[in-house]
Amino acid sequence: MIKIHNLLKQYNDLLVFNGLNLDIEKGSVVTVIGPSGSGKSTLLRCINGLESFQRGYVSVDDQILYGIHEQDYRREQEERALKNIRRRVGMVFQQFNLFPHMTVLQNIIEAPVYVLGMNQAEAETQALSLLRKVNLEGKVQSYPNQLSGGEQQRVAIARALAMSPVAMLFDEPTSSLDPEMIDDVLLVIKDLVSEGMTTVIVTHEMSFARDVSTQVVFMDKGEITEQGSPQDVFSYPKNDRTRTFLSRFMR
Amino acid sequence: MSYMRIIIRSIVLLQLCFFVIFFSGRYTFAYQNTLEKIKSTGVLTWGFDAEGGAPYVFYDPRHPSKMIGFEVDLVDAIAREMGVKVQYFQNAWDSILLALQRGDFDIAMNGIEITPQREHIVSFSRPYFAYAEQIVIRASEVRINNLDDLRGKKVGTLYNTVAKRLLEEMGDVTVNTYSGQVEPFKDLLSSRIDAVFVDLPIALYYAVSNPQLRLIGEPVGEGYYGIAVRSEDTALVYELNRILEKLIRSGELKEIYKRWGLWNPLQERLLLHEGLLQKYVETPPSVSQKVSFKVNTFLPMLLKGALVTVGISLVSMMLAVVLGLALAVMRLYGNTWVQKIATAYIEIYRGTPLLIQLYILYYGLPNIGITLSAFAAAIIGLGMNYAAYEAEIYRAGIQSIPHGQTEAALSLGMSRRLALKRIILPQAFRITIPPMTNDFVALFKDSSLVSVIAIVELTKAYGILAAATMNFFSLGIITALLYFGMSYPLSLYARRLERRLMRKSSVR
Repeated sequence: MIKIHNLLKQYNDLLVFNGLNLDIEKGSVVTVIGPSGSGKSTLLRCINGLESFQRGYVSVDDQILYGIHEQDYRREQEERALKNIRRRVGMVFQQFNLFPHMTVLQNIIEAPVYVLGMNQAEAETQALSLLRKVNLEGKVQSYPNQLSGGEQQRVAIARALAMSPVAMLFDEPTSSLDPEMIDDVLLVIKDLVSEGMTTVIVTHEMSFARDVSTQVVFMDKGEITEQGSPQDVFSYPKNDRTRTFLSRFMR
Repeated sequence: MSYMRIIIRSIVLLQLCFFVIFFSGRYTFAYQNTLEKIKSTGVLTWGFDAEGGAPYVFYDPRHPSKMIGFEVDLVDAIAREMGVKVQYFQNAWDSILLALQRGDFDIAMNGIEITPQREHIVSFSRPYFAYAEQIVIRASEVRINNLDDLRGKKVGTLYNTVAKRLLEEMGDVTVNTYSGQVEPFKDLLSSRIDAVFVDLPIALYYAVSNPQLRLIGEPVGEGYYGIAVRSEDTALVYELNRILEKLIRSGELKEIYKRWGLWNPLQERLLLHEGLLQKYVETPPSVSQKVSFKVNTFLPMLLKGALVTVGISLVSMMLAVVLGLALAVMRLYGNTWVQKIATAYIEIYRGTPLLIQLYILYYGLPNIGITLSAFAAAIIGLGMNYAAYEAEIYRAGIQSIPHGQTEAALSLGMSRRLALKRIILPQAFRITIPPMTNDFVALFKDSSLVSVIAIVELTKAYGILAAATMNFFSLGIITALLYFGMSYPLSLYARRLERRLMRKSSVR
């Protein structure tokens, strides 16, 4: 469903990815782990075009984003593909990025109303049921700054779900949360996964990764050095770098 | 100790200093009278306004460092007779008598008409020039033949002149008042007005040399120019009268006027009398002779000026906001060329004086066929100037919004434009309220600059009234209060708006 093919990306002289490939099946839950600076987040951001890349392509269903140096790159087509992919793939950020000038409700209905053209009442009904799902129905009229970090992240998840995405990308969703709030957020993600949502999660929560993933990807220095089922990667890592990394977490 | 108290104390102290400086300048001579001072220092200080222009006193277009004009020739002759040197003192015409009273110079001579009103304030020498008011029209004009034909027309004239009073007494003339002499003729040529009605020397100087203009009708409203001195300087008046008498009898004055093309039968009257100044005024102005100060007489004109100020400020601020936002967006999101254009606009408008921009818009553009009305020029001038400042404020505001906001909006499928409109600008707006308020208050006060293009707003109304009544103090306080009374509510409103927007999102 999501296919990353021969991705080449560089910042000026720094080569980030040199021909990276990854296939994500429909309904699968992929966790991407690895040391900081290994390119996990960048990879995630290439999927919905927040980062551009030079060669290769990323496809989501029938929508294809080409690298800007590929022959198939056509600016207008690219714009359309970008729009379609972003509408179908939801993203949750490490820093939540809620809109501070809007209430929780407004945050959630903003994109359905202004991007999809949904009518206000319908969008609000949907927003309320999403808030129930993330256990925040009491915070409808609050502003983001009145919420704790965990609550903000759950609103951010509801906001992404309001676009009825076919896949969700989580970019270190619990990394800036206080420890006691992490579980609330992970619980919501678990619920989502159990409903069959195709999900890609960049995370440092190893036990969570082991619990929910169907596929674990280990990245180091812009390369996927190992991937497989949680058992394979966590219990029998083949690669030295994976072993070293995991030993620090699994102590 | 509250900060407020410190601030109030410093303000009071500052004002005290100001008053001390102001009043200490008044009479600091050690001499019994001005004539004695002139003789012993060997210097006669002459007050005039070169902006008033030709043929009185102006900078020689061929040798721009040199002053010329018939009054320059005259003052040279007077100084020669006194055996002293002339020192020039440039002063705005509007406040020339006030400056004379303050002691800035010894004599004021710059086409100052002898009127009973002015004689309450200063003393005049015997007349040195007989003037009359003259109509000037475009050479192609056929509708105007005499003073009566000016009814229902737009007529340009100068501030605080007999011509202006005559026009206003006619009632149904639309009077456009200017402070410089060149501007009404420029507006006449660009058809903004139908005629110019000014002192004969001015009419002669500007119209005779220009084939596109002509004089029409007999000169009317005759009167005399006199040399003004402080009321107590009777000795100086005698001395000036003696010299003028000598210059008239010797024919030297006639020679000077002939040289400037100003000699006409009217001037023969200068020979008739001496002394008895009151009689020289043949058409006593009908304006109230008593210079008294009553607020209710002047308030309507000030309020009308205030209304103009508010109107111009509001419309030009709207223009500045819209244009400024466009420039900020161009500079932030445009391609290289669009960015360069926006940057150039900002640098040019920010780096040149508003006054010059206004002059170019109003007096310069007619040269390439674009004739803006005074109000249009004022609004466009102020609006385009302030747009440059607004643009930078908005740019700073937009840039201060974390990049994650844009990313979140884009990841939800919003276009860049929608993300800017719905997510970034509303947040940036809140940040820019204080600097925007600042700019609006500044624009509000800068709007006084548009008086250079024949608009009577609050500051100009004050200038006119103050020059006419010599009451710079009370009128000044009232005018300042009017400005403050209009700008302070704006600040209060901005503060409330800011608080309301902040309360929504930053209280935990």
